[in-house]
Amino acid sequence: MSTPARASGAGEISLRGLTKTFKGPEGPIEAVRGIDVEIPVGETLALLGPNGAGKSTTIDMLLGLLRPDAGTVSVFGRAPADAVAAGAVGAMLQTGSLIRDLSVRELVAMMAALYPEPLAIEEVLELTGTAEFAGQRTQKLSGGQTQRVRAAVALVSNPELLVLDEPTVALDVEGRQAFWHTMREFAARGKTIMFATHYLEEADAYADRAVLMAHGRVVADGPTNELKAMVGSRTLRATLPGVELPALAALPGVSAADRRGEAILLTCADSDAAIRALLAAYPQARDIEINAAGLEQAFLALTGEPDGAAA
Amino acid sequence: MSAGISLTYLRYELLRTFRNRRFFILSLVFPLVLYLLIAGSTRNEHNLGGTGISAPVYFMVGMASWGTMTAMLSCGARIAAERAVGWNRQLRITPLSPRAYFRAKVLTGYAMAILSLAVLYVAGAALGASLTAGEWLKMTFLILVGLVPFAALGIALGHVLTPDSIGPALGGGVALLAFLGGTWFPITSGFFFHLGQYLPSWWLVQASHVALGGHSWPAKAWIVMAVWTALLSLLAARAYTRDTGRV
Repeated sequence: MSTPARASGAGEISLRGLTKTFKGPEGPIEAVRGIDVEIPVGETLALLGPNGAGKSTTIDMLLGLLRPDAGTVSVFGRAPADAVAAGAVGAMLQTGSLIRDLSVRELVAMMAALYPEPLAIEEVLELTGTAEFAGQRTQKLSGGQTQRVRAAVALVSNPELLVLDEPTVALDVEGRQAFWHTMREFAARGKTIMFATHYLEEADAYADRAVLMAHGRVVADGPTNELKAMVGSRTLRATLPGVELPALAALPGVSAADRRGEAILLTCADSDAAIRALLAAYPQARDIEINAAGLEQAFLALTGEPDGAAA
Repeated sequence: MSAGISLTYLRYELLRTFRNRRFFILSLVFPLVLYLLIAGSTRNEHNLGGTGISAPVYFMVGMASWGTMTAMLSCGARIAAERAVGWNRQLRITPLSPRAYFRAKVLTGYAMAILSLAVLYVAGAALGASLTAGEWLKMTFLILVGLVPFAALGIALGHVLTPDSIGPALGGGVALLAFLGGTWFPITSGFFFHLGQYLPSWWLVQASHVALGGHSWPAKAWIVMAVWTALLSLLAARAYTRDTGRV
């Protein structure tokens, strides 16, 4: 269905040396301070970071909604505005709702009319799970339904690049799962997807690769499993009463030790070494679990957020 | 397709405007009710305030100018509402060009204005406003030309104001322009007479004189309209460009 003319050519998305500074009431705010990101065609990339990291500003520059102060954006070898004009880009922006006085089907058809090669309306409604309320007026939808229709609006052009800025913020758990199911299906068609999120588990579960941003810079960039390996940690949990924490922290492979009642919690740089040493020294340890750290820990370790200590 | 504007898109734009209840009340029902009240009681007046125009015709055109102004400017209210939900940003990541976007808005405004005109023409004819076909056409043409600056004004206001503030701004603005233009009663001398000459709404109302075979729009009218159109278009373009950021 996708035409070679739209997909071929210099086939990737690149952001090079992007910076953007806004005027603020107390002097300039450097929202983005020089970032470089390449996204190969067909990849699903998560742009991760806390609020104020510069994610939305980066996305606005990628879409051509904002002009960077410095640096270049190339979308499949074209300027963002040209890629947008060709109908190669679809997006769900962070804020926004729907215009009123149209049914869902009418709104999707209205947007489809703007594009050279849109998907069939029924296909979009089916794909986004909006078919069952397609006859409803847009102002009568629930938050979750609205978000699904926004996804339909983003997908209707059959874009090669789909950009989603914190798309699941307004959704409950079920809604989130349905949403990502849709996006996976769309990604399976060879589409490139970039999504911004501060839900770490989303990046972990749905992205091939994550770019971590903090304070307008990229602080880490790699496959999500590599990112976790970078901070290296797994946690080892065991029931082991009556042992001093400093002694545990001194075991090989252990970087930190903590206690939760009778249980101990060891953060391990090398969990294999740690488990051997633990059992050699304390054979009475039982109920042992070893877990890979979530991206959350990786994220906190890399961005150095002060409130990270709480986790 | 890229040069023109998709008819499907325009059709839905019209559809959603027609479905808006506020539009019907402000642009169609209000002027009609007022017209029936005012012109109904003065229907036998054939030389209103020394203008040489019969009351049903004078007020028909007066109300038509008010209704069409409202219809044109309500295009701004729709833009403000769209901006409030971030729809302008959504449209900017589609192939829809700013030019095509404006064209759709202006065409929609004109469709509404024509509907408003038609309603008042029917009411006018019912109250005894009788004109030749040529006079109807000429009058309609001048009114449609006279609406051009209001299209630009609507777009400019839509990009500057919020949905909360644009309602009162348009209501007050239209009332003032309508009053100074002589919509509700003729202004034939004094300060407001001289001020009125420089307002687009004045000449909108003056379309009635033309229709009655009186003096056509003088050069001054065309110049006033052209200057307002140029100024307001510039303002609209600036407001649109300034509005690229996130709201």
